Amino acid sequence: MEEKFAHPELRTPENLVYKRTDFLVDRPLSYCPGCGHGVVHRMLMEVVEDKGIGSITIGISPVGCSVLAYDFLNVDMLGAAHGRAPALATAIKRLWPNRYVFTYQGDGDLAAIGTAETIHACNRGENFTIIFINNGIYGMTGGQMAPTTLPGMRTSTCPYGRDVGIMGHPMKITELIAQLPGTYYVTRQAVHTPAAVRKTKKALRKAIDCQDLGKGIGFVEVVSNCNSGWKMTPVQANQWMEEHMFPKYPLGDIKVDGELVK
Amino acid sequence: MTEEIIIAGFGGQGVLSMGKILAYSGVMQDQEVSWMPSYGPEMRGGTANVTVIVSDERISSPILNKFDTAIILNQQSLDKFENAVKPGGLLIYDPNGITRQPERKDINIYSIAAADEAAKMGLSKVFNMMVLGGFLKLKPIVKMENIRKGLEKSLPARHHKLIPENEKALTIGQDLIQPVHVL
Amino acid sequence: MGELRLMKGNEAIAEAAIRVGCDGYFGYPITPQSEVMEYLMAEKPYETTGMVVLQAESEVAAINMLYGGAGTGKMVMTSSSSPGISLMQEGISYLAGTQLPALIVNIVRGGPGLGTIQPSQADYFQAVKGGGHGDYYTIVYAPASVQEMADFVKLGFDAAFHYRTPVLILSDGAIGQMMEKVYLPDPIPRRTEEEVISQCPWASTGKPPTREHHIMTSLDLDPAGQERLNLLLQEKYRVIEEKEVLYEKIDCDDAEYVFVAFGLSARICQKAVHLAREQGIKVGLFRPITLFPFPKKPLQELGKKVKGMLVVEMNAGQMIEDVILSVGFQIPIKHYGRFGGIIPTPDEVFRMLKEKIIGG
Repeated sequence: MEEKFAHPELRTPENLVYKRTDFLVDRPLSYCPGCGHGVVHRMLMEVVEDKGIGSITIGISPVGCSVLAYDFLNVDMLGAAHGRAPALATAIKRLWPNRYVFTYQGDGDLAAIGTAETIHACNRGENFTIIFINNGIYGMTGGQMAPTTLPGMRTSTCPYGRDVGIMGHPMKITELIAQLPGTYYVTRQAVHTPAAVRKTKKALRKAIDCQDLGKGIGFVEVVSNCNSGWKMTPVQANQWMEEHMFPKYPLGDIKVDGELVK
Repeated sequence: MTEEIIIAGFGGQGVLSMGKILAYSGVMQDQEVSWMPSYGPEMRGGTANVTVIVSDERISSPILNKFDTAIILNQQSLDKFENAVKPGGLLIYDPNGITRQPERKDINIYSIAAADEAAKMGLSKVFNMMVLGGFLKLKPIVKMENIRKGLEKSLPARHHKLIPENEKALTIGQDLIQPVHVL
Repeated sequence: MGELRLMKGNEAIAEAAIRVGCDGYFGYPITPQSEVMEYLMAEKPYETTGMVVLQAESEVAAINMLYGGAGTGKMVMTSSSSPGISLMQEGISYLAGTQLPALIVNIVRGGPGLGTIQPSQADYFQAVKGGGHGDYYTIVYAPASVQEMADFVKLGFDAAFHYRTPVLILSDGAIGQMMEKVYLPDPIPRRTEEEVISQCPWASTGKPPTREHHIMTSLDLDPAGQERLNLLLQEKYRVIEEKEVLYEKIDCDDAEYVFVAFGLSARICQKAVHLAREQGIKVGLFRPITLFPFPKKPLQELGKKVKGMLVVEMNAGQMIEDVILSVGFQIPIKHYGRFGGIIPTPDEVFRMLKEKIIGG
């Protein structure tokens, strides 16, 4: 480990301000620089570490950019078929009720091909946690239109901008599933500023804590950028996200303790 | 001994349950049995039929096109299965709802007016057991004590109080059956 | 021998599942197999053995629930009928690629499309030649009686876990719906969590600090790695072909002609064998019990002794391809099939044997 650092002599306890959790695998992330996935991975694994549940946590990664999340999250993992993560999680949580189970899904996975699995798992009131990364685009396959792509937003399959008359409207699936009696905690967060990151970590903790109550799904949407797919620099992407994504996908809690708050 | 039987009528006449009780009775006396229903939408108020085989040997095909006995409870079934009785075989029908009499001369034909009798006695629910009683008088392939055991096995426990009524119907059926054409 | 009951094939599968210690059933209603889940829901094994029974929102969800359960080492199963099994092919391919054990029951109905709810054997190719995408096979058992419906649940789970592969029971609507005597297996307790973890050391059950984390996936973006996985799968299938072949021969010793048939068709042909022998014609029946692995060698041997074979299937001629691949072209091998839910009668197949093989 030590030889990776230019100045090992500086690595002393009194100088230590941050230590990466052991629940992240020690390898470079495959995500683009500036992408939000890495931060969410870290927050999620910090929650697992803080809660002391690493040995009884089972995660499910999707198809999409985070298909390889299992290479970075140092807990037992399964890779689901596209959109099916909530079906896997349903079975695992019911077969292992004393395990903490989470799915980690993108917008295409959760809100397009996996809509049925998402809605029905939420409606059954399954007791696992869903982490939903919404960047309004299909990142891994090269920047195609997602169910959450904003009106007028350009992607490789709507190169002249999303025309809602032809392509339909952006799907606010988080608001949709909040209506279901089987969801207990539903929130929308972001990871573009240190303050937002701290809030997201709290939200993740609360969503995982839902599993102790057995009252239904804990659901955390994280509005994130895709600077590669959006064809912007990371800084531009975060600015664009604040200006365009947040008005459509406003941050904050939507359902708390089983009650709608927005 | 192998007895190959088709029981056919309307859905709701107890065709399938009559077959099931017969099959279970066979099991109770250590015979091989199979019970092969017609299934699907036609069951709901339409025609229903079931092939029951009771045998001392391992049963090969549960699906047959020739039968030792046909028990017929409506006209459609008579039209469909009269010619499926093996020469020298047995056809039993309930004349209620039958508009055309069976015509075969190479088989034994009996009638049993069970529907009328059951209605008269307020025993419509066990009408099918009257018919079964008639059949067993002619072909006692299962013993009465095993029918009772078969009833116990095939009826849910909450319906066991109906067993005496079922047994009464079996006895009535034995008296009710009449020859029409006997070889 | 266990407890004796008169049961439908579908019910026998459900009861056997409870008794062999199945951990979870996930399904979606479809005729003619809905009795499997109905029976389980009525029996409430979740209150007795702790077996989970869940009605999923679709066959797609159901098979992916299996994938989740299987990835954690649990003994999981589903049942469906042809159109539903088509929907499940995605998940079956993933189970094969990830090398996960699971039991899938197909109570086949006539197709293509929505088809009919009546029995058929038209899903032979789908079951035996892979079914979903990629180079894989599932072990396929073809029961011909209600007793085998019950017995093959244990057999299927054992093979699934031994080889870490999805296993199919390929039956049909008639065997699912008919009642016969069945001796049920003696109940085996479900495995404890500790037993699951020790018996499935590969599974994602929660990572203790003492080992690396487990990843259940079929994805390997490195071509060399993906080829290694494929070679491993092919080696597994070779071992299965060597060790797991099951078949039954009836009256074949002195037979001059044989029927080759599986499942319900084999029962019908068995009656036709009787009819033929009553007329002094020496006819036998060869019944493959495993359709993959196909009993190539015993059939090849039989092909050297008889004058001809009639392959009887409730389809347009699917298994006949495997029969010809096994036996070759030295003797006449013909096919007789009915479709769309029509079941051939014993008279009919005997007549066809005379017309197509003996007379020809």
